[in-house]
Amino acid sequence: MSTFWSIWISVISLGTIVGCYLLLRWCLQNNTGIEEGDDMHHSFDGIVELNNPLPRWWTIMFYMVIVWGFLYLLMYPGLGNFQGLLGWKSSNQDVRSLQESRDAVALAEEEAKNSLFGVGVEYDRELRFAEERFAPIFNEYAKQPIEELAKNSEALKIGQRLFAQNCSQCHGSDARGQRGFPNLTDNDWLYGGSPEKIKETLLLGRKGMMQAWLENFGEKGIEEVVAYTLSLSGRQVDATLKSAGEQRFVICSACHGADGKGNQMVGAPNLTDNIWLYGGSTDAVTETLKYGRFGVMPAFKDTLGEKKIHLVSAYVYSLSLEDE
Amino acid sequence: MSVTSQAHPEYNYKVVRQFAIMTVVWGIIGMSVGVLLAAQLYWPALNFDIPYLTFSRLRPLHTNAVIFAFGGCALFATSYYIVQRTSQVRLFSDKLASFTFWGWQLVIVLAAITLPLGITGSKEYAELEWPIDILITLVWVAYIINFFGTIVLRKVAHIYVANWFLGAFMLTVAVLHIANSMVIPVSFTKSYSLYGGAVDAMIQWWYGHNAVGFFLTAGFLGMMYYFVPKQAGRPVYSYRLSVIHFWALVSLYIWAGPHHLHYTALPDWTQSLGMVMSVILFVPSWGGMINGIMTLSGAWHKLRNDPILRFLIVSLSFYGMSTFEGPMMAIKTVNALSHYTDWTIGHVHSGALGWVAMVSIGSIYHLIPILFNKPAMYSIKWVNIHFWLATIGVVLYIVAMWMSGVLQGLMWRAVNADGTLTYSFVESLEASMPFYFVRFVGGVFVVAGMILMAYNVYRTIKTPNDEFVTEPQAQAA
Repeated sequence: MSTFWSIWISVISLGTIVGCYLLLRWCLQNNTGIEEGDDMHHSFDGIVELNNPLPRWWTIMFYMVIVWGFLYLLMYPGLGNFQGLLGWKSSNQDVRSLQESRDAVALAEEEAKNSLFGVGVEYDRELRFAEERFAPIFNEYAKQPIEELAKNSEALKIGQRLFAQNCSQCHGSDARGQRGFPNLTDNDWLYGGSPEKIKETLLLGRKGMMQAWLENFGEKGIEEVVAYTLSLSGRQVDATLKSAGEQRFVICSACHGADGKGNQMVGAPNLTDNIWLYGGSTDAVTETLKYGRFGVMPAFKDTLGEKKIHLVSAYVYSLSLEDE
Repeated sequence: MSVTSQAHPEYNYKVVRQFAIMTVVWGIIGMSVGVLLAAQLYWPALNFDIPYLTFSRLRPLHTNAVIFAFGGCALFATSYYIVQRTSQVRLFSDKLASFTFWGWQLVIVLAAITLPLGITGSKEYAELEWPIDILITLVWVAYIINFFGTIVLRKVAHIYVANWFLGAFMLTVAVLHIANSMVIPVSFTKSYSLYGGAVDAMIQWWYGHNAVGFFLTAGFLGMMYYFVPKQAGRPVYSYRLSVIHFWALVSLYIWAGPHHLHYTALPDWTQSLGMVMSVILFVPSWGGMINGIMTLSGAWHKLRNDPILRFLIVSLSFYGMSTFEGPMMAIKTVNALSHYTDWTIGHVHSGALGWVAMVSIGSIYHLIPILFNKPAMYSIKWVNIHFWLATIGVVLYIVAMWMSGVLQGLMWRAVNADGTLTYSFVESLEASMPFYFVRFVGGVFVVAGMILMAYNVYRTIKTPNDEFVTEPQAQAA
């Protein structure tokens, strides 16, 4: 903020408060030329106003909030560039990336030590507090393998809470997913269900891409491939369409495999198990084939951190253990 | 100072009558949509899977209908009435008055069509798209010209305090509406804000909070300063309190917006200023409440048998309560708990239903017999029943929202020994359900009262003067 705007803000904000104070002083005196308690000698549609003084308790309250207002603006940022005597900040306001945020947290620790009252950045202070208090718990669990944690009810409770706060928005509170977001309880895995694969998915995220085929196959071709695809999971379809579709499926087999059982290396779903990420109706499968699909699982490495992901992985892994 | 002063032949009562009737009509519609929304939160299936009836589209319809249709019509009706009566002169222009009436109704109808269709600028309380915004501006400028034109022509030396508040309300709303509605249109039904990021958020809440401060407070204070002394038949308590109430209120309110953006990307200094001004604002607000309530001093007994006065005085109690609660919620530490919870919804409705609606209803009950040249309301008993329906409804509503709001705030911040949050969002939602039901019941009470009011107004207008029962207290049920 330039000096001009800083001064401008200070002048109009302090001016408002000082103005209120002067107004209060002025209204406390009787400048009306009319005796207190008497009426104002004017009437509006029969309404008369009395010249009563301001209530005393109310006046005291007014003085108190004005004094408090000045003190607050002296202690905290408010008057333009003036940062306040406490050196308090809510957060590192100029950071634009995770790295900048981390640097700022480290810097703020130093600054807090040097500032007059040692208050510093509130957000960073809370982060430090949380780190000191909770990190030992997560460090302890990080030493144990996921298979072990999946049998530890305390660890699973933490994993479940983390899941509820970070994952349930897409995968649902019960982890059964929804259209476009996989069910995590059915032991059907797009990228593999081993503890390592689950953790990898959580750490680095996934991008699932199904190409759009309308241009290559044409309307008729799409209809044929849909028929063949549906037949893979045992659905009744038109035999002519199915056999024409089977010819075309050679292209699809590059990802989904010749038998249509998918490929976890590229996240290509198994088409034979009657589990459908985007719906198994003829219309839904047709739409998938015509226009393709693009699914994103975000990477949580930088936000949750590896140690918490370790516990979430154990929780997700445990969900399909129960299934077996 | 008789309550049923006769119609002055000089005054333009036609526009006042029109707006007064539409206040009741839009009140029922706007509040009914609110009750439907409250029901949807408890029984989500009530949107019937129809996009036009989803919560997200009806919610702005509800807020626009109650604030600008119900509240707006009440303000137009009373301000046109007050400015004529306290200036002892007819409105500056009948044509402009008529234009403001039909223009404003058109705005409301357009809102009722476009919002369910999903046409929205997506700024809270300013959802209407740019062509409607232009129409609002035209109507508003006509309103300002008509109001101040009348003030200029006035036949009394001074300008009455009610008109200070009404004038401030009109001018500030014009500035707010134009500044916040600055957009780049991309089509007839879609536009994008001229501002970006935190600046856009700040402009929006500078507008948003002053929609509360000037539309829903200053305007209705103007109403209060006329109808309370009139209905009570008592002088205004303190002229000097009016002066400080007015100037301190208008100069502080304009700063209060940033308290809607505590702990966001808004710079710290803006948040601090918003908070400090909001807290100071508490005292002048109470000055207004004191001035209104003390106007009754020496005439407290009138509350016993005048339910219209009861509406007005209870509205002031709710005003005092909300203007204490608001500054408290503007304090960052409190806000950290209350923000994003139902506490905010409860606070808004203690202001909107307790203060704004009750002072409007009281004023309309005062006005209807005068405007239609009747000795009194058809049934004072029904007014009394309406008073209790409204009061019970509001209390049920705000108590339910306080409880669910504080509960949500506490659940969201509860932390386990391992640092993870104790509750997921959906658990806090589940815990809120009983309160959502109570809120719905409260809303039904309020709407029931409004429907009774509409019938009472209808009977008042239709009943010949000689068939009015002279002693309302003795009326048969």
